[in-house]
Amino acid sequence: MPAALETRRLCKSFGALMVADQISFRLESGARHALIGPNGAGKTTFVNMLTGRFSPTSGAILLGGEDVTALGQLARVKRGLARTFQINTLFRNVSVVDNVAFAVAEREGVARRMFRPAGSYHAVVDESMALLDTLGLAQDARAVVAGLPYGKQRLVEIAVALGLRPRVLLLDEPAAGVPTSESHRILDVLDALPKDMSILIIEHDMDLVFRFAQRITVLAQGAVFLEGTPAEIAADKRVREVYLGERHV
Amino acid sequence: MQDFLSSLVMVAFHGLAYGMILYLISVGLSVTMGLMGFVNLAHGVFAMAGGYMMLSAMSRLDVPFPLAIVIAFCAVALASMVLERFLYSRLYSAGELEQVLFTIGLIFMSVAVARLVYGPLPQPVHIPGYLKGQLHFLGRDFPTYRVFLIVFSVSLVALLWFGVERTRWGAMVRATVDYRAMAQSVGINTSRLFTLTFALGSGLAALGGALGAEIIAVEPTYPFEHLVFFLIVVAVGGLGSLRGPFVAALLIGVADTACKYWIPEFGAFFIYIATIAVLLLRPEGLFGKAT
Amino acid sequence: MTHAGGYIADARIRAAEWLPWVFAALCYFAAPSYLTLGSYILTMIIFALSLDLILGYGGIITLGHSAYFGTGAYVAGILALRLTGEPLLGLLAGTLGAGLLGLFTGLVILRTRGLALLMLTLAITSLCYEVANRATRLTGGADGLGGFSIRPILGLFSFDMFGKTAYLYCLVILFASWWLVRRLVYSPFGASLTGVRENNVRMHAIGAPVYQRRVVAYTISAALAGLAGALLTQTTQFVGLNVLGFELSGELIVMLVLGGVGRIYGAFVGPLVYLVAQDYLAKRFPEYWYFGIGAMLVLVVMFARGGILGIIDAGIARLRRGS
Ligand SMILES: Nc1ncnc2c1ncn2[C@@H]1O[C@H](COP(=O)(O)OP(=O)(O)OP(=O)(O)O)[C@@H](O)[C@H]1O
Ligand SMILES: [Mg+2]
Repeated sequence: MPAALETRRLCKSFGALMVADQISFRLESGARHALIGPNGAGKTTFVNMLTGRFSPTSGAILLGGEDVTALGQLARVKRGLARTFQINTLFRNVSVVDNVAFAVAEREGVARRMFRPAGSYHAVVDESMALLDTLGLAQDARAVVAGLPYGKQRLVEIAVALGLRPRVLLLDEPAAGVPTSESHRILDVLDALPKDMSILIIEHDMDLVFRFAQRITVLAQGAVFLEGTPAEIAADKRVREVYLGERHV
Repeated sequence: MQDFLSSLVMVAFHGLAYGMILYLISVGLSVTMGLMGFVNLAHGVFAMAGGYMMLSAMSRLDVPFPLAIVIAFCAVALASMVLERFLYSRLYSAGELEQVLFTIGLIFMSVAVARLVYGPLPQPVHIPGYLKGQLHFLGRDFPTYRVFLIVFSVSLVALLWFGVERTRWGAMVRATVDYRAMAQSVGINTSRLFTLTFALGSGLAALGGALGAEIIAVEPTYPFEHLVFFLIVVAVGGLGSLRGPFVAALLIGVADTACKYWIPEFGAFFIYIATIAVLLLRPEGLFGKAT
Repeated sequence: MTHAGGYIADARIRAAEWLPWVFAALCYFAAPSYLTLGSYILTMIIFALSLDLILGYGGIITLGHSAYFGTGAYVAGILALRLTGEPLLGLLAGTLGAGLLGLFTGLVILRTRGLALLMLTLAITSLCYEVANRATRLTGGADGLGGFSIRPILGLFSFDMFGKTAYLYCLVILFASWWLVRRLVYSPFGASLTGVRENNVRMHAIGAPVYQRRVVAYTISAALAGLAGALLTQTTQFVGLNVLGFELSGELIVMLVLGGVGRIYGAFVGPLVYLVAQDYLAKRFPEYWYFGIGAMLVLVVMFARGGILGIIDAGIARLRRGS
């Protein structure tokens, strides 16, 4: 069975700076896989290449066994790939439910319709509301995003991605900027995601990583440093040096 | 054949003079746009102000030409500093639309003020006696004033480039254009840097407007009428670059002169076509950094 | 900023939305000597609506929207002079001509953004101006295009010298344009335009064909601008070069900003206030008029980004909170 997502010797440089160095990586279908590494290791850049926002300098990306390296973001989303952003990237002056509905409407092919009012597409509106409900955001559905506390905005970030009903979900530091006291809400949401969804999560919060992930890849200076089960990673001294060492300077 | 060669030389000569003026005016726009990311459509106002300053200093106060030029530079640079501190700086983080609207507003206001003070007609230009007449070289006659214009502008440009390459200020400008956030984090006082650079750019525009008054007539509609060309120079040359706008300004100066000379019935048609073509092929301009 | 549209907006027409039409009808009876100005205002409202569609909703900043207005104006004028003075056909031709130009230029220039896009819109208008200026045989060049007559509308209502027919004609066309724009703004397409303006990166990430949406919006907007241009040609029976000028684009932006960007009725209020004020002040105190326009722009940007309607909204909100 092909991996949900796979890269083969993926490279990316910005000028002289090598940000991805021969990354070969497999995200099995239904996996809960974490990607960790110190700041500037190239994690976000890796995600940007997976979604097609950046094109790699060399190497290949396969989505469900199909080579998508040459495809744009749109085509990859259509094939079931969705992401969240490390820094909130939302429609700030629009209601929460609209944020989700925009995504649902794109997925359903409704978004280009020009004549009937948007609100008359009940399927889109209802689905968006239901989704917000499962994330505990029902109360805030009509609020404008910019007015929400940051922690809730992080949840909206996830909700928008889920509005695409992805088969593969890439989460770039979903708990970044969320106070520790609230990060459990994020974890609850992640735990409740459908089991057949393949998830790659980037996260600095080690508690969250070790509770959520079944597999961990460590990235350092653009290259895969190590991959293994949480237990293996936790036991490896070098990881602590590379990762934790740099984290706590 | 002889005729053709002769007109070729003349087109090159006048095109060069026009191009140098365009460059003097636009280089500040390029640097400030690259440095601060500010869409300053009102840049031509500074050039116009320079022109008015010099001409009225000469005609109303009998100030000698060299001094009038210095006055134009200093007055406009100072005034622009005030503008930058109190108005422009508030909009650095605003959207493109706000910047465009704000600077269009400034243009409207300056056009009105110019018309109130000087009337709607172009200002007469007084060239000092020692720059009148023709210079004879290469077997041809060249207007002395334009020769002076070219020589003076070239030395000014050389000075500017030297300054940007070799001084501390230049290094900071280059670093900030390339890596804005990093420049701030290594402790460059960007707000003072912005003010100084803005003032210098406006001062240069004033010089361009003053020296070039004989080529680009000083009249109230100046900032609107020539905006397209100033912007073309910057956009085609590339934001934040010194050399790009130089090449673009000379190209446009020569091309415009050539078109007016040989195919006046087409006007600026080919310049617009060329601009569109360049921007489509290289949206960041000929020498801009790709994003 | 508050924006109409989206998936939870109530798209039904509210009572207050009939006010402009009642007002326009009243003007017809109350100010018969101002009907020519009235027709011009109605035409500019259509033009402002078209700009609002791409600027307010689509976030595309253009300094060259007069290219499409002018194209519509010239197409209608040339058609009337050479082929037929049938008004509805003229409107159709102007709309289609400008729409086509919008489609082709949009396909090309919307690949860029920022300064390059701004510059391209400006260059295209300048190019159109230059073409119209030089192709004297077709356009009359700097002398303008006149000497054509427009047939009665539907063969029934002929244009009179008091501008009564023209006014009502403009009003009907504006009503139709308003209805279409309103539909569009409240539709999913309108919502997705808001998305493109609000956050382009996210729009790509949810799989939206951003470029395509922008091109479609740009084309519709250009067509609507062409309609306004054609209307101006027919009601004034003349086309001057200024319909393609950068000044007109600038003035249009000023009107829209004055009324309020990104709200349908900003495009109504802005031209009305601007053009009435201009009628009173511009001829008497031209310098002060321009200064005032400039100062107003600066003040709007600094203090009141929602324009007149934004100020009214804020006032109402304060009253509600106070009571
Ligand atoms: N568009 C870009 N142009 C140039 N350099 C870039 C660009 N994007 C990222 N970089 C550089 O690539 C390197 C990797 O950045 P990236 O954002 O992928 O790291 P990261 O692992 O996500 O870090 P963090 O944990 O801080 O989010 C950094 O040195 C960064 O400065
Ligand atoms: Mg990152």
